[in-house]
Amino acid sequence: MYLARVIGRVVATRRSAGLEGVALQWVQPLDELGAPTGRALVACATVSSGPGDLVHYVDGREGALACPRPFVPVDAAILGFVEEAERGGTRIGER
Amino acid sequence: MLIGQVVGSVVASQKDERLEALKLLVVRVHDHENAPTEQYVVAADAVQAGPGDMVLFATGSSARQTELTEGKPCDAVIMAVVDSWDLGGRNVYEKWA
Repeated sequence: MYLARVIGRVVATRRSAGLEGVALQWVQPLDELGAPTGRALVACATVSSGPGDLVHYVDGREGALACPRPFVPVDAAILGFVEEAERGGTRIGER
Repeated sequence: MLIGQVVGSVVASQKDERLEALKLLVVRVHDHENAPTEQYVVAADAVQAGPGDMVLFATGSSARQTELTEGKPCDAVIMAVVDSWDLGGRNVYEKWA
């Protein structure tokens, strides 16, 4: 699982079966210091997250398991909010 | 998932027989600011996307989790057609603009 910041929302009406009602959000992965790292990606939100929230997400096929219906073509899913993250006593981010 | 624009299609007559019913499209990956990148992927189409459409695609073993691609040698599938997106309230892409 990875730390990320939600940075946007995606609207897509026509989607693969089983994905009805699932929110799609842009997330920016964060490094161990809380700074943006790598390319932003789109993940299914399994919690009511929104832009600005600090979250953790999973990638690969496990992302689909977090969705309401698990047999869906999903390779990234937001699993929950991060209230606080710290590394070696240094706070790297909060919700 | 990543977002990209459908820029072409692939015709391949000699291929794994399990790919025979699949429509294969060339997708140019865009970043979150809608700037095209130099990355292209060939993806199976599960949502009847067309040329010019902005689409979402999933890669890896997740790509096999559609009725169309289940059990087939496929590692990228278009699973949604994007209407719009915004970044922190700022509209970046609008299909019908």
